[in-house]
Amino acid sequence: MKTILLAAIVLASAAFAQDATGNADNGKRIFMKNGCFECHGTVGQGTIAGARIGPPPLNAQGLIRYVRRPPGQMPAFTEKVMSDQELIDVYTYLKTIPPAKPAKDIPLLNDLRTK
Amino acid sequence: MSKKIPVGRRGFLKGAAGAAAGAAALAGSAPALKAQAPERAATPLPSAAMAAAEKTSPAPRVDVYTTDRPGADFMVDVIKSLNFEYVCANPGSSFRGLHESFVNYGGNKAPELLTCCHEESSVAMAHGYFKIEGKPLMVMAHGTVGLQHASMAIYNAYADRVPVYIVLGNIQDINFRRGDVEWAHSVQDAAAMVRDFTKWDDNPVSLSHFAESSVRAYKIAMTPPYEPVVIVADAVLQEEPMPEADRRNARIPKLALSAPPAGDSGAVAEAAKWLVAAENPVIVAGRSARTPKGIGLLVELAETLQAPVQDRHFRMNFPSLHPLNGGSIANADVVLGLEVQDFWMATHSMTPINRLGMESKPITKPGAKLITIYSGDLYGKSNYQDFGRYAEVDLSIAADAEATLPALIEACKRLITPDRKRAMMERGAKLAEASRAARERDIEQAAYGWDASPISTARVTVELWNQIKNEDWSLVSDVNPFFSGWPLKLWDFKKHYQYLGEHGAYGIGYGAPAAVGAALANRKYGRLTVNIQCDGDLNYAPSVLWTAAHHRIPMLTIMHNNRAYHQEVMYLTDMAARANRGIETFNVGTGINDPNIDYATMAKAYGMYGRGPITDPKDLGPAIKDAIAVVKRGEPALIDVVTQPR
Repeated sequence: MKTILLAAIVLASAAFAQDATGNADNGKRIFMKNGCFECHGTVGQGTIAGARIGPPPLNAQGLIRYVRRPPGQMPAFTEKVMSDQELIDVYTYLKTIPPAKPAKDIPLLNDLRTK
Repeated sequence: MSKKIPVGRRGFLKGAAGAAAGAAALAGSAPALKAQAPERAATPLPSAAMAAAEKTSPAPRVDVYTTDRPGADFMVDVIKSLNFEYVCANPGSSFRGLHESFVNYGGNKAPELLTCCHEESSVAMAHGYFKIEGKPLMVMAHGTVGLQHASMAIYNAYADRVPVYIVLGNIQDINFRRGDVEWAHSVQDAAAMVRDFTKWDDNPVSLSHFAESSVRAYKIAMTPPYEPVVIVADAVLQEEPMPEADRRNARIPKLALSAPPAGDSGAVAEAAKWLVAAENPVIVAGRSARTPKGIGLLVELAETLQAPVQDRHFRMNFPSLHPLNGGSIANADVVLGLEVQDFWMATHSMTPINRLGMESKPITKPGAKLITIYSGDLYGKSNYQDFGRYAEVDLSIAADAEATLPALIEACKRLITPDRKRAMMERGAKLAEASRAARERDIEQAAYGWDASPISTARVTVELWNQIKNEDWSLVSDVNPFFSGWPLKLWDFKKHYQYLGEHGAYGIGYGAPAAVGAALANRKYGRLTVNIQCDGDLNYAPSVLWTAAHHRIPMLTIMHNNRAYHQEVMYLTDMAARANRGIETFNVGTGINDPNIDYATMAKAYGMYGRGPITDPKDLGPAIKDAIAVVKRGEPALIDVVTQPR
């Protein structure tokens, strides 16, 4: 019974996060203020120090879960230093970042394929 | 018509207010003189002591004022015999005799004196120069304050297995120390301060001793593992005439460099057996390519075995776009480490910084055999810990890897049967496909943030490549991880001078002077030297830009201006996250902003071409083109590019 209840809470939480809408402007502000850009780049493009997250490959709940318990080198950020709502705002900002153009449409990048 | 008054000793003293002896003698008697003759206070009479002194005979004349053969001339002969092209120095009184002899006796050629504004720059220039040219530069410095400035750069060279030939000035004999500066600049054992991270030193007490120790020092520095060495040039030996005995007896010993040590033949045969039998061998290269030949040897070994190479980029070991570049240690059944200083780190994982506690575990699968060929096993010191953790391996060959590779390659070839050959070729085909797919991912990833401002490091990398790919280029800066390693992923590195590797001991401040030293080595070959310059690094001793301008050392510098000590930014964030507080304070004590530093203006101030700051990626290509035109005229040029953090 306890397990079913826990699962229901997790599912409800996930549904909330997926459906929740955030404030993209505030998300961008937090992304810069809290230094997310230092590893992930100002447009979430990813660097050697942090994964590409712009646009985000995860849904909002996935992003929150990742930030709370990251599997790699990234520091874990608790609710105390970044709330769920702030992360939803960050997620909303990241969603506004358009996908990169394919490399074939960028001549300098496409030229790299000649070697 | 004015009346001429003869100026005797007394008259001279009246007018010589600045003469120290006179001033001191007058000071004691001034009040009494003022009371007796107030109207003549401005021109006091001599004291009784001075009057008495005037009546005594003058001190005997020292009649030796010049020499046509200072000891430093012989020192220059010795140094010239070692074939240094240049000597880097910030001028210092403790080696003024040697300095003068280099210029006026040695003709300021072979070696030519290069004016450096910081001893750290002198040594780091020698560090960068060696990694291109394969032979050491000489550095001169004070045995005290100069060496203190130089010490961090010496430690970098030591940890990076680079020989730097350091000559220190010192005044050993207290009778020759003229004043407090020379006392402060003298030391009992000058080399002691850096003995923990130099390979050998000596403090010669005669010119013939200097000759023998200088040649010995060179030989030791150039025997693998290469390391810095120190010779103290006593100032009295430099400045006083060459003694008669030395004129008759002093000679310069013959230099014969030691052949590098190759691995034991039995151990090499055993390694070959394991490698040929392996299903998934992996080669890890640290400083495998000690000379330009090393790249070709590693390619031959990799292709013979169809084994992947993980280049840890401490040197230009392996062509970046070779289909065997890559591989996974986790899947390996045999791992061969070639001059890998941190082999334990290459084969283990540790608890990441985002978790409390510490646990380490092998990343190799159980039963994997580990082989090392490492010259570091032949030599070591204990205090500084650059040697890394003890590596538990199955076969340890204490030898120079490059010298051992020919025998290892031949041993492998002898053991390869047609069946093994077929299996190896199948493995090679899979590795080539994986390498091609990885490159495709890298190219696609470079598109992300393409138009961003600050400009992405991938964009800078590709814009640069577009302008240099048809030139004989040389990248002389460490780009991994500071520039996300983009050039190493996207450019076609083939030749030994196309990448220098890393700092050695990660002492920041290495980058700019090492780049200038490398550019100096590249100059005579007409290569286009490219330096991707971290902003924090340049600010340690930016005056090396002046050295580049003054000595007409052509080099294109692209600023990686992320306006922070970025590695520390990330560490500070890690610590704040661990402490569960204040993650927004990452820029406190780490940022290099407010005010932003104008590097183009800095470059101009040092007498070189400067442009920027460039914040729009569309402006970058034209700026690089213009700067390359300046460099091709034989001058250094700098473009300030405001970049993404990594």
